[in-house]
Amino acid sequence: MGLSAVLDTVWVLIASFLVFSMHAGFAMVEAGFTRAKNTVNILMKNFMNVSVGLLLFFLVGYGLMFGNSAGGFIGTSGFMLDIIDPSNTGNFAFWFFQAVFAATAATIVSGAVAERMKFYGYLIYCAILTAVIYPVVGHWIWGGGWLARLGMIDFAGSTVVHSVGGLSALAGAAILGPRLGKYNADGSSNAIPGHNIAIAALGVFILWFGWFGFNPGSTLSASSPAISTIAVNTAIAAAAGSLSAMIFVWIRYKKPDASMTLNGALAGLVAITAGCAVVSPISAIIIGLLGGVLVSISIGVFDRKFHIDDPVGAISVHGITGIFGTLMVGFFAQEKYASLAGFENTNGLFFGGGGRLLLVQFTGVAAVAAWTLGTMFLIFLAMKKAKALRVSRDEEIKGLDIEEHGMEAYGGFQIFQND
Amino acid sequence: MKLIIAMIQPHKLPDVKQELYKNDIFKMTVTNVLGAGQQKGFTETYRGVLTEVNLLKKVRLEIAVNEGFVEPTIEAIKKGARTGKIGDGKIFILDLPRCIRIRTGEEGEEAIG
Repeated sequence: MGLSAVLDTVWVLIASFLVFSMHAGFAMVEAGFTRAKNTVNILMKNFMNVSVGLLLFFLVGYGLMFGNSAGGFIGTSGFMLDIIDPSNTGNFAFWFFQAVFAATAATIVSGAVAERMKFYGYLIYCAILTAVIYPVVGHWIWGGGWLARLGMIDFAGSTVVHSVGGLSALAGAAILGPRLGKYNADGSSNAIPGHNIAIAALGVFILWFGWFGFNPGSTLSASSPAISTIAVNTAIAAAAGSLSAMIFVWIRYKKPDASMTLNGALAGLVAITAGCAVVSPISAIIIGLLGGVLVSISIGVFDRKFHIDDPVGAISVHGITGIFGTLMVGFFAQEKYASLAGFENTNGLFFGGGGRLLLVQFTGVAAVAAWTLGTMFLIFLAMKKAKALRVSRDEEIKGLDIEEHGMEAYGGFQIFQND
Repeated sequence: MKLIIAMIQPHKLPDVKQELYKNDIFKMTVTNVLGAGQQKGFTETYRGVLTEVNLLKKVRLEIAVNEGFVEPTIEAIKKGARTGKIGDGKIFILDLPRCIRIRTGEEGEEAIG
């Protein structure tokens, strides 16, 4: 192998390892934002996301996503990596990179359905998402499918990963229903505080760090001229997101709330994920700032207006902001930056490209939303009918750790019962 | 004046609170405790090994009441905490000779509220 190919492979592998480490981030954020009596359950769900996700993506998902296209809608070859020659190291690295992305999409849902979903029900959902739902979307946008042919730009997956995860979370949380004690008869909402903000903050730092594999890694090449710009955009969008979220809640609720600030950083990251390779750093800051404000508003709307209980804000951080980030590409894409990443003649609405790109982005967002919400609502409804979805009232109050897993996360500690 | 102490199952606390609220009883103190009565233990597993747990988690409620509220409080606690299984808990009634509200210095029945 030439040096260039070697460096590419090594870079893709390192980026994959970084994305893999994001699972630690997800696990810690979700554990921190939920109650101590459910911590083992959260950790198990996050762990199984990796195990089930990687295996199912190997068996089925990769083929559906990157196989030979059937009409631009679905892949039809490459199952169990059977077409790939193991001496072609680059291809195996590519599989690994895609596999950890798939697992990331699945794990987004675990936060939104936390504290009241049956564990085996969650395993079933995870299998279906990584095997079918996610790969189909991936095929449309990255696997040479119809959205790719239209010219949709979703560089690292604001739509493919985050809106698929976020909208699945919406379907799940809506069908599952709120946690006991969350909403009162008069419609007001009660806060159910997380038990460890330190762990949650650690989780966000780990996610931010892992995102440096998520975004720059999507160049799939160490020699891509865009690689550093992508890293810069990623970092400053996150910074802008957490800052704007903090200022927003500081003004609105009189105190700089830590949990919203953390969500703001994630929102900035999700928002820039689609366009990190095609926008300028100033644009990245603007997108990040808007993302932070958007997520703060969105979390409040889903909670107080729609009464959809989302313990960690996953629907807003990943679903709403993912859609937002994808659409922003249609405004902020700039030839000067996009051409470095291999996108020729690409300008968004603000840079003389007219509305064409925006229209394509919108089409993609709408199609993916329809597919994801449609399939996931049906799947969760079917699970609810089969009684595979929600735990009983007593189990929920006693805590899933004891009831589902027969053990405690914090053995020897007195967990305060304050419901 | 009486001090009512109840040991209940932790997961019945929300139900007991609701029953107390329905009877206009809002003032209480809640602590986490370990204890056992007839329930001598249950088993947990840790890494494949069964562990016998002898002292179980319970919740302790302390409510100071005037005479008229004693029976309603007892009934409320019984209603909220009963599951019909061993481990439901116990209620103790103690005589309370004096009660003082710190903020105003009031004593006796006024102080209990």
